[in-house]
Amino acid sequence: MSSAPPTALAAPADTPQLKALGGPKPMSSLREAVHFALGNRKLVFGISVTVAMLLFAIVGPLLASHAPLAYGGDLAAAPTTHDGYWFGTTLQGQDVFSQFVNGLRLAFIVGALGGGIAAGIGMLVGFTAGYRGGVVDEVLNMLTNVVLVIPTFALLLVIASYLRVRGIMTESVFIGFTSWPWAARALRAQTFSLVSRDFVDLARLSGRSSWKIIFREIAPNMSSYLFMMFILLFGGAILIAATLDFIGLGPSNTISLGMMMQLSVQNAALQLHLWWWFLPPGLAIMAIVGSLYVMNVGLDEVFNPKLREM
Amino acid sequence: MSLHVEDLRVYYRTLAGDVKALDGVSFDVADGEIMGLAGESGCGKSTLGKGLIRLDGRMRYVGGHVVLDGEELPIWDDAAMNDFRFRHVSIVPQYAMSALNPTRKIGRMIHELLRTRGASGNGVQQELERRLELVGLGPDVLGLYPIELSGGMKQRVVMVISTLLDPSLLIADEITSALDVSTQKAVAQTLVEFRDRGFVKSTIVITHDIAVLFQVADTILVMYAGKLAEKAPAEEIVSSPRHPYTRLLISSLPEVGVRHAEQELHGIPGRPPSLLDPPTGCRFRDRCPLATDRCLQEPPWVEEDGRGIACWEAAPVAPAAPSVLVEAR
Amino acid sequence: MLRLEHVSKTYRVGAFGRSKLAAVRDISFDVQPGEVVSLIGESGSGKSTIGRMVLRLLKPTSGSIVCDDAEISRLRRDALKEYYRHVQGVFQDPFSSYNPIFKADRIFGMIHAEFFPRVGADEWNQRVRDALESVALNPGDVLRKYPHQLSGGQLQRLLVARALLLEIRYFVADEIISMLDASTRIDVLNLLADLKSRGLGILFITHDLSLGNYISDTTIILRHGSIVEMGETEKVFGDARHPYTKDLLASVPLVHKKWRTNGTGGADAVAAAANGAAPGTAAPELFLVEEGHLVAAS
Repeated sequence: MSSAPPTALAAPADTPQLKALGGPKPMSSLREAVHFALGNRKLVFGISVTVAMLLFAIVGPLLASHAPLAYGGDLAAAPTTHDGYWFGTTLQGQDVFSQFVNGLRLAFIVGALGGGIAAGIGMLVGFTAGYRGGVVDEVLNMLTNVVLVIPTFALLLVIASYLRVRGIMTESVFIGFTSWPWAARALRAQTFSLVSRDFVDLARLSGRSSWKIIFREIAPNMSSYLFMMFILLFGGAILIAATLDFIGLGPSNTISLGMMMQLSVQNAALQLHLWWWFLPPGLAIMAIVGSLYVMNVGLDEVFNPKLREM
Repeated sequence: MSLHVEDLRVYYRTLAGDVKALDGVSFDVADGEIMGLAGESGCGKSTLGKGLIRLDGRMRYVGGHVVLDGEELPIWDDAAMNDFRFRHVSIVPQYAMSALNPTRKIGRMIHELLRTRGASGNGVQQELERRLELVGLGPDVLGLYPIELSGGMKQRVVMVISTLLDPSLLIADEITSALDVSTQKAVAQTLVEFRDRGFVKSTIVITHDIAVLFQVADTILVMYAGKLAEKAPAEEIVSSPRHPYTRLLISSLPEVGVRHAEQELHGIPGRPPSLLDPPTGCRFRDRCPLATDRCLQEPPWVEEDGRGIACWEAAPVAPAAPSVLVEAR
Repeated sequence: MLRLEHVSKTYRVGAFGRSKLAAVRDISFDVQPGEVVSLIGESGSGKSTIGRMVLRLLKPTSGSIVCDDAEISRLRRDALKEYYRHVQGVFQDPFSSYNPIFKADRIFGMIHAEFFPRVGADEWNQRVRDALESVALNPGDVLRKYPHQLSGGQLQRLLVARALLLEIRYFVADEIISMLDASTRIDVLNLLADLKSRGLGILFITHDLSLGNYISDTTIILRHGSIVEMGETEKVFGDARHPYTKDLLASVPLVHKKWRTNGTGGADAVAAAANGAAPGTAAPELFLVEEGHLVAAS
């Protein structure tokens, strides 16, 4: 019944209790994070793809030979090296490559702007509600719930019908102002858990003002969480923009990836086998958003020691 | 001999190396004996308690033997220990009362627990109610949620569950630490009651509070930095401690009655050594007022007449008052 | 003098805040400079709430707290900051008192930035070193380290050193040694006694009667947010009158005397009483039983 004791077992992760047992000076947490970051395949993959697309978005429009909305090429031509129509042309003779890189650039702008606005509002609402509690928290909660429940689609239709011209800015702002609730909720919960810690009280005893405490004590403690949240909002904004564009509520003065997909469907590109029209934008959206999410999962593992595969 | 532990070594493996949390510990606990395991944080007492039942997956068994009722416990094998847990060796872990599932009524939780251990049935249910009654909890406790119980009541519920199958060995890990002084007394006395009624054979009580051990334990074992320092019957450890660490520890306890203005007590300066790379020889050497060159060599554990000690400079059987030690610094 | 007069704190609990919970009921006492006052009570007695009200981390629902003739319960912003120059506190969990992602000595930097912005870096560093030495810490051991690299005792001492950098008159010690090892507890307590001899008024909050007896001049026994017995320490411990105080003293585990073996009954009575307080009842009145010794009606 009793077996012979074996030799080494699986190595456990380092924990604060074990450190208290008298471990040596550990690596600073930043160096430790970088060490794990470089070894995490998901993170490396995600960053590589995102950075590659970003570079493409920056450099691409400089390489495009034609303006995105300009007509003039052969109608529905397949990709060719001739005349710079590397991704072929649309049914109306527009340069698909040019539209594509323009759309990529717009996608990043919407992501940054829309995601940034959503993150900003989410932080403002979430931190305030979590730190102050009480009546302030209840009011902000109500506000969050209302915005969460608003049918954004209907709202956008109403806005769209009033505005004669909608630009990328309008779209970004709209996305930013309607996608912050879940971020606010999450940050509020995190703030709650940190506010009860004694170091916040100690900061108050040191005469620190509330906002200083929030941004210098609490926020740095969840810096990894904030970072990951921004990435999610970024990716989410791109996806929402693509969806809005696809159903025709996108910017009216330019062309984006979602709009390319919309036009290609409207013009029956699938049936006409014009694969170069709808495949690049669709794959691009998938690639960007997907790699962002994969990056996030990898980041979670880097920041949270318990999830690391050791 | 109910429990026999011989040269037990349990380390924790970390990124920086092995933390030698328990480094060669040997002792016996007889049937019907309550042994107290005292020491400060990092001394290895919790590791010892959890190691006897193999509760913590981060532990790495390195060597030694544990024999309970004549049978060797396979503490290196998590799966093999499953047959022993709860029936022969049982533990009330630290923070057990905080670990009760808040969404389950007590009765349902116990029922599920017993079913997984293959011990459900009418006889067990009756015994459970009888024992709950014994510790001052009526059977209606089974219909309550954990949040409706006070700390002391939860602790007693956990103790009843742990001893339901009459284990040979009960390990109580810091069961009185988080409690108020009045409930502490009730819970500690419950431990004695369980032993008196034969629900458990031997008990190991792990705590940093020597005063509580004096009240309920028969023997006290003092640990320091992963090794044993001293072992003696409870009254003797308190009235005539021999190991310098024990003596300094006892003399730093402010009893009700001692006032700062009359007599200033002193703690022990310094900190326990790092267990990652412990010093050679006696581990208390750096903080010990009696240390000599001989202490560079590790003192052996010597046991006679029911008292054990690991010290070269230990006082003879009747030491001077502890204040002499303070002045010697 | 730090004086509390008829201070109460009531919380609203339950859905929509329907019911009330009286954490602290009609507390009055004072702390003189150079005096240690112990606030002794079990969990739920309100002792920590009182400490936090004195530190203005909570506002009392009613009553007043006066520090050297200035009423402090309604202070805000700058006036509050002035208050913190004179009153500071240390809490129970040393590891929770530090922001884990920063170095431990950041707490000194905060004081420098908020209270002494015009003091130069060199002079400030010297002041910090002096403060560390006055709490028996070696600057080389504790500066530029992260909290998890230091022990609980060192961290608590650092917090005391931080308080000493301000010209404090009163100090609130909220269970500051309960999470420390036995061998370091006494040394931190002796440090508090040292502060007392320097003229500080100390509010020592604890659940441990032996510690209270060791260090305090005045002892206040709390139960369910109200005072049951208070007075000079020797009188309260030596001649306890209230049955709750007597039960508490009987339950403390001593190292030279065994508990009276009255089974689990006696302790259960105390525990049962601890659970069954009706929140709406008024605080019991205190009667003077002898010079320097007050007891509540039981």
